[in-house]
Amino acid sequence: MRPSRLLATVCVVGLIGAFAAPGVTLASDSDQQIIHVLNRIAFGPTAAELAHVREVGIDRYIDEQLHPQAIPEPAELTQRLAGLDTLGLSDAQLFIDYGPILPAMNGGIKLTPEEQKARRERAQIIVQQAQEARVWRALYSRRQLQEVMVDFWYNHFNVFAGKGLDHLWVGRYEADVIRPYALGKFRDLLLATAHSPAMLFYLDNQLNTEPGSPGAKGNLTGINENYAREIMELHTLGVDGGYTQNDVIALAHILTGWGLQRQDLRFGAGPAAAFDPSRHDFTPKVFLGRTIQPSGEAEGVEAINMLASNPATAHHIAYQLAQYFVADQPPPALVDRLAQRFRATDGDIAAVLKTLLTSAEFRNSAGQKYKTPYQYVLSAARAVGVEVNNPRPLLGTMARLGEGLYQCQTPDGYKNTEDAWLSPDATTLRIGFATALGRGNLPVKEPPPPPNNNQLAANLAANRAAVGMSTPPQPPQLIADQEPAKPKPDALDPAPLEALLGPVLSANTLAIVSQAQPDLRAALILGSPDFMRR
Amino acid sequence: MNRRNLLGLASGAAIAPMLGPIWAARADEASPRLVVIMLRGAVDGLNVVVPYGEQAYYNARPTIAIQRPGGPNGALALDGHFGLHPALASLMPLWAEKKLAFIHAAGSPDPNRSHFDAQQFIENGTPGRPATPDGWMNRTLAALPGARTPTDALSVGPTLPFILRGPIAVANLPLGPKAAQPMAIDQPQVASAFDKLYAGTDKQAEAYRQGREARTELVADMPAEEQMADNGAPPANDFPAIAGRLAGLMTRDRHIRLAFGALGGWDTHVNQGNDTGQLAGRLRPLGDGLVALAKGLGPDWDDTIVVVISEFGRTVRENGNRGTDHGHGNAIWIAGGKVNGGKIYGDWPGLADAQLYQNRDLAITTDYRLVLATVLERHLRLPDTAMAQIFPGMPAMRGNLNQILAA
Repeated sequence: MRPSRLLATVCVVGLIGAFAAPGVTLASDSDQQIIHVLNRIAFGPTAAELAHVREVGIDRYIDEQLHPQAIPEPAELTQRLAGLDTLGLSDAQLFIDYGPILPAMNGGIKLTPEEQKARRERAQIIVQQAQEARVWRALYSRRQLQEVMVDFWYNHFNVFAGKGLDHLWVGRYEADVIRPYALGKFRDLLLATAHSPAMLFYLDNQLNTEPGSPGAKGNLTGINENYAREIMELHTLGVDGGYTQNDVIALAHILTGWGLQRQDLRFGAGPAAAFDPSRHDFTPKVFLGRTIQPSGEAEGVEAINMLASNPATAHHIAYQLAQYFVADQPPPALVDRLAQRFRATDGDIAAVLKTLLTSAEFRNSAGQKYKTPYQYVLSAARAVGVEVNNPRPLLGTMARLGEGLYQCQTPDGYKNTEDAWLSPDATTLRIGFATALGRGNLPVKEPPPPPNNNQLAANLAANRAAVGMSTPPQPPQLIADQEPAKPKPDALDPAPLEALLGPVLSANTLAIVSQAQPDLRAALILGSPDFMRR
Repeated sequence: MNRRNLLGLASGAAIAPMLGPIWAARADEASPRLVVIMLRGAVDGLNVVVPYGEQAYYNARPTIAIQRPGGPNGALALDGHFGLHPALASLMPLWAEKKLAFIHAAGSPDPNRSHFDAQQFIENGTPGRPATPDGWMNRTLAALPGARTPTDALSVGPTLPFILRGPIAVANLPLGPKAAQPMAIDQPQVASAFDKLYAGTDKQAEAYRQGREARTELVADMPAEEQMADNGAPPANDFPAIAGRLAGLMTRDRHIRLAFGALGGWDTHVNQGNDTGQLAGRLRPLGDGLVALAKGLGPDWDDTIVVVISEFGRTVRENGNRGTDHGHGNAIWIAGGKVNGGKIYGDWPGLADAQLYQNRDLAITTDYRLVLATVLERHLRLPDTAMAQIFPGMPAMRGNLNQILAA
């Protein structure tokens, strides 16, 4: 302890409001600010990221992160992603290789229930690989803010992998719709989600059909208002955003015919989503007080543009960003400034974030947020710097804590507030995870065994051969030969972890950790109340 | 044996007041219990308690109606007008024993058709007022007489739902197949180290202590054979197993007064099915789970009431995709040893076009709070005055609702 530094620490604490420990050095006071930034715009600090921000400074780091395309990705990450073969398949290819084989694709012959089940089980590889890719990017990408925004926008525009065909498409949805627009224009992001097969399937608009239209037949005979409601309630205006049940119905009519390209899908070609004019309502509609003239797909684009430009949308998105990045109950003045910036820049997400991240409200909010299970698990793995060759134990922990990746059933996505996640059971589970990780017992280093579905794959190859289709590539071996010997579980050396996180641990926590037996110290840091906040 | 004495928490002082006189006061008379099951996503009550006596029902639902009783796969007749979905056949013995009743055309008077707002109103007990800071089950807990224990209220699941949030600490356990698996925190040296880190009085420390207590109290008592059986793969739909585990906990831990669980997957906009299909596939394990709960409770069933509730109902007319959209009125289910069952309660408003709410939904004739208040007053024996705290602004009691529970 260096009492002479106490005064300086107290002053800084007073200024920045960080939850500082008495007795830390002046030099690490700026580390507190850096770690605060890394806790919010990255999935927590790593030793390398901390060193980088010390070098360039927080302002430049924020600017770098707002322009992710200029940040090179580590070769190690690119290699890991290259091993996930389903990431490279298009929506239509995924459908033909892993989706249900329709009788029309199979000479009129229906697969047996056993064959269908085997095919569904084999298709699990798609979601597994998408999950692994997401975790590896979150752990190792240097475009950390982009990955944080992927978490934010995926939950904002949630799609549940367990609904129908969406297990085929959640990975593509994230790669084609969420990540490219995560820091772009909100309008483009919204339109991309509205054109995506994943969203059109998830919120049922693929079935939304004008009754009596030429294309209305079979299951496609009427209006489905599910997407029309949620795009206003959740994606744009917000529940109090000034729309009525009549607007929901009008928008549902405007969006009739926005669905899947059924014919092309069967041949594994073309975009999976398409507008079908034969199921569209070609009459004028009154939506949010404006008359929309019949023009087919352009009506939907007009309506979506109206929603993107609506001041209620600017406020709704501003509130959600401030809640995610600053506090569960975000300061109203900040929300107003962000909404204003949103309107002034036609919904430029990077511009709004720049205002947010350079605000006093953001700077002074260290430790105010309780980590979601996703953030907690990722930040722990990043802090200890363990090489994660098998992300399954991390994904399993998120799921057990109630935040399984791509598993949120409802369209509101996972929440990011303390109320939603702090619970007695979650606390003991987090401590269990921290102890396993800190003692070196969490099996993340050893690559997972190859998927045990060789027999399924063989059966399926036989099925496919029987119906004249080519056999798709086998599930990959998941970087199987990078770690030949099974590493011996061993408690982590707590010293680097103490050095990295010390500046943001309370004096009480540091004292208790230093008195604990050595093989529990890393576990105690990771399972401390301090580390569960960001 | 009192396992709490074995804990040796560093913060023992904070725990001690909660121990109180260990239930001696309530041991001579059985404590009444309440289990609430929430069906998130809005279950289609018109296909659960089917108004088969009404032609308008069949006119509105050409492909998804449940057929009249008597035919193959028809509804199971409850009375001359209503029948039960055939996937709920396992509940018919409870109906015959008069331990199961339904209140039809019930729900929240708020017209909101957002799932999330409507669930909030069911959980906070104040329809139309989203800002209420706590859930009605937590306010109920506050009103219960007797000493507090850490397991007075239990939420089944990995998170704490709004309905149980509030000033009184509540336990939660997922009760999934891994519930009884040993954890690091069960090891004394790990526990004592973390006890020191969480010795404070903030919310995180409170959650930690509550989690430790609940785990010690509940999981350690799970029978060994149950832990063994759980090592295999979870069943396709695990609600019956979870309900069985909940019953086991409630019989072993006499402190549990309130329990809550939620099931999802009821938002059937598309291909809802009729006697088979999506809705049927979800109703079957729900019915089986309620039976497992009733059986598992054994003699305690006599002192337990189970309420099944959803945020709103679904449209009377089926939509263009053989599904239903967000509606208004629904049926509330109520089961238990003291239920005056075998009867449909509430005023049935009818399904003719002119009788519908906003020309699309089943109208609401019973405010859901009246049903819950009846249970709280007559079963949990809370005084009238507590209702003003638990359901402020609740309308006056009317109709035959107070007959739902046997005196």
